[in-house]
Amino acid sequence: MDVSELLTIEHDVLVIGAGGAGLRAAIECSSQGLSTGVISKSLLGKAHTVMAEGGMAAALGNADSRDNWKIHFRDTMRGGKFLNAWRMAELHAKQAPARVRELQEWGAVFDRTKDGLINQRNFGGHRYPRLAHVGDRTGLELIRSLQDHGIHQGIDFHMECTALELLKDEEGRIAGVAGYWRDTGRFVLFRVKTVIMATGGGGRCWPVTSNSWEYTGDGLAMAYDAGAELMDIEFTQFHPTGMVWPPSVRGTLVTEGVRGEGGVLLNNKGERFMFNYVPERFASETADTVEEADRWLAGEEGTRRPPELLTRDVVARAIRAEVEAGRGSPKGGVFLDIASRRDAEAIKRKLPSMYHQFRELAEVDITKEPMQVGPTLHYFMGGIRVDHDTQMTAVQGLFACGECAAGLHGANRLGGNSLSDLIVFGQLAGKGAGEYIKALEKAPHVEDDPIKEAFRRATAPLNRETGENPYLIQEELHEIMAQHVGIIREGEEMREGIKKLEEMASKIENVKAIGASQYNPAWHQALSVRSMLLVSQAVAMAGEMREESRGAHTRVDFEGEREEWGKVNIVVRKAADGTMELEKIERPEPAKYLSEIGYADIDDLESGKVGADAPEE
Amino acid sequence: MAERTFRIWRGDSEGGDFVEYKSEVGEGQVVLDVLHTIQAHQANDLALRWNCKAGKCGSCSMEINGKPKLACMTRMNMYEPGETITCQPLKAFPVVRDLVPDVSWNYKQNKRIAPFKCKPADADGKHRMYQEDIDRVQEFRKCIECFMCQDVCHVLRDRDRKDAFAGPRYMIRVAGLEMNPLDDEDRIPELKHELGVAMCNITRCCTEVCPEHINITDNGIIPMKERVVDRFYDPLLIAFRALTGRRKRTKLRTVESTKE
Ligand SMILES: Cc1cc2nc3c(=O)[nH]c(=O)nc-3n(C[C@H](O)[C@H](O)[C@H](O)COP(=O)(O)OP(=O)(O)OC[C@H]3O[C@@H](n4cnc5c(N)ncnc54)[C@H](O)[C@@H]3O)c2cc1C
Ligand code: SF4
Ligand code: SF4
Ligand code: FES
Repeated sequence: MDVSELLTIEHDVLVIGAGGAGLRAAIECSSQGLSTGVISKSLLGKAHTVMAEGGMAAALGNADSRDNWKIHFRDTMRGGKFLNAWRMAELHAKQAPARVRELQEWGAVFDRTKDGLINQRNFGGHRYPRLAHVGDRTGLELIRSLQDHGIHQGIDFHMECTALELLKDEEGRIAGVAGYWRDTGRFVLFRVKTVIMATGGGGRCWPVTSNSWEYTGDGLAMAYDAGAELMDIEFTQFHPTGMVWPPSVRGTLVTEGVRGEGGVLLNNKGERFMFNYVPERFASETADTVEEADRWLAGEEGTRRPPELLTRDVVARAIRAEVEAGRGSPKGGVFLDIASRRDAEAIKRKLPSMYHQFRELAEVDITKEPMQVGPTLHYFMGGIRVDHDTQMTAVQGLFACGECAAGLHGANRLGGNSLSDLIVFGQLAGKGAGEYIKALEKAPHVEDDPIKEAFRRATAPLNRETGENPYLIQEELHEIMAQHVGIIREGEEMREGIKKLEEMASKIENVKAIGASQYNPAWHQALSVRSMLLVSQAVAMAGEMREESRGAHTRVDFEGEREEWGKVNIVVRKAADGTMELEKIERPEPAKYLSEIGYADIDDLESGKVGADAPEE
Repeated sequence: MAERTFRIWRGDSEGGDFVEYKSEVGEGQVVLDVLHTIQAHQANDLALRWNCKAGKCGSCSMEINGKPKLACMTRMNMYEPGETITCQPLKAFPVVRDLVPDVSWNYKQNKRIAPFKCKPADADGKHRMYQEDIDRVQEFRKCIECFMCQDVCHVLRDRDRKDAFAGPRYMIRVAGLEMNPLDDEDRIPELKHELGVAMCNITRCCTEVCPEHINITDNGIIPMKERVVDRFYDPLLIAFRALTGRRKRTKLRTVESTKE
């Protein structure tokens, strides 16, 4: 292969990923006058973000004027079990409202309050109605607004183009990306000064997931291979309410918006079992009777939130416990009932896509009958470790934002905090990349050898005479992850899983893609199973290391949070010899005002006794 | 479980043909599930698009037994037990491979539409609009860009007038802007001169296939045609309105009369 004959495209910045984070980052880069390219595995507007339902969290204070960034910040920290990056949680809470308003200025049409402002809805773990939303298709609104704005900003969009590997110069700075067009199979070399990774998570490593095929953890794997660190990767969120029937849609998401709109969880005895699962930390802020919960829903002041709106980790574990105790629904979940709580018209208006989804896929009319739901793998709290203000990773010139980055969510993400994460940190990553480029003296240059190597590795599955079927390999991986690294984890089980994953490595080295390179899903799959294996290994090993239960990470052999583990994050990196290396790193001390607000009694915070001196910017 | 017969179009821009596959179909499965089974076990390189598997992204549109459908929302039990299922790519667009069409033309149409231009905020820095004024706009914004309406519109499909008409998807996109209380752009000249709203002759085929049940023709295209008439006094369309007995609409925006 002659590198000079490769199709070569030059940009200042290449954004990998066209979800909310990638698009927002690209818009920021372009606004600074940088030559900006965006690549994505699927067509524009189809990224995972399009599936988001419930809303994006921002303390706009429209639906309840008592809300402000401090309360949002405190909710986020509590939801993340205080393992979040303090500074990122601060930036997020402070900047989300401006980012949401900006979306409106770019054409987003959110549901309105009576006064004509952006309406907000309740969600688990958020003290006040905080989620800007559009029915239950908020992600569509977000991605379409960014897309329709973005196409006029001079950005080059390269659709159905997959990144294979990051390329660096001799000093270890980002200098390029090797990729290929899915439709033609043609290779492409991007020569760039910076890369912003916005590739989302890796939920496809599990069989029951709300995630699409794109979520194979490519970005995490590429960054890891290039020398970046992964952090908090053991924290994988199981959303409490996925569809459980029919089998082919098992895992498809049922938005938390159903509970936000008043939906309740029932076991097969008709009990609202969540009242039995309220954790210590939340007891004083959660209703203890059905009556109080209903009065809260009706908006009565001084009442406390229903337990169905506890954080996702809590609700997911409770559902699992009910099913295990034999109190589950016929199809192996629990009941989620909105039919008896809201009239049919309201349900169809507020939850149209849920109505549609159940009617079409499960033949259930949710305005008449309860849904059956159970936990589904949904989100990666962990990801690529970044600098809190610039979003740069340990690799010079490599930035990350959105679901593929770590820090904001700690041990558990609050619903709605992802969409706001995308626009806040997408913008900051774009800014960070711009500053990095300004300080660069000359463009980094990648030599020919690593380029040839990258493309040679990519063609190997096509050139092999025989080998493993990439689809069946993925099924095998699924079985391992479901059995060994599920919602409830145990040390010995994970160690066995790690061994099995190691054994899979040689099989994956030997996958065979039948057919040619032109739009060949077998080849695409063959290339992504490697990322999936790597991500699975990282989750399993970090999960095995963290000997406590915190947020989404639940260990039967180490129950409850342990103080010493609250002081560290686990970081995963590639050692010099190519093996996976784990390290516990001390968490940085938070600014004094942040720890005061984070741990404040809610009344003290709201009365201004605590947090009044915090800087607003 | 029961065995079913599938005929799937395999080929590329050079040509191709239907290939028959037999596959087991499980309880509650949709067409996309079966295509995945065939892909995993019999045709590893079968090209198709999908993302969400829940009717939210519009990636998996194809023609199933001659009708444009989302493969992820088409349940197998909609068809007779012995019926053969035929899958082929959307016909109105060039094919890339197998079930994957080249839809890039649509993205080009989108780019031709002038971007949203936000009105200035109220004195307190906030933008206000009321739910009843945006219900219609939100209906149009439900579009998941499956391009099935584009596929069935005879102006694009049979007459291949892609040069003259941007298609129903983009008619409602403009309608969503035109009816947006915060949009300050004048959309009417663009609709008439560039996007070709007059090419539509209201057959409603687009509305029939829309998986989001957007009333493309009656709620989107017809009001846009009317606004064009109001502006340009197009005698043909005035006659049309007289025939269909539709009332003349008042304009939403005061600036309209000062432009042009
Ligand atoms: C069903 C569902 C509902 C949800 N609802 C909510 C909600 O209501 N509120 C909320 O806050 N969050 C919600 N989430 C979570 C949230 O939607 C996601 O975390 C978020 O959209 C991720 O956005 P992103 O920009 O990081 O990545 P994505 O939108 O996933 O985009 C990833 C992009 O990276 C590209 N990519 C990946 N690998 C490569 C590669 N190798 N080469 C090139 N491109 C690549 C993909 O093609 C894609 O364009 C929901 C998630 C799901 C699944
Ligand atoms: S109503 Fe108009 S846009 Fe729709 S299919 Fe018919 S001609 Fe095409
Ligand atoms: S208007 Fe309906 S049919 Fe047309 S692209 Fe949008 S969702 Fe598909
Ligand atoms: S896969 Fe998204 S609509 Fe079918």
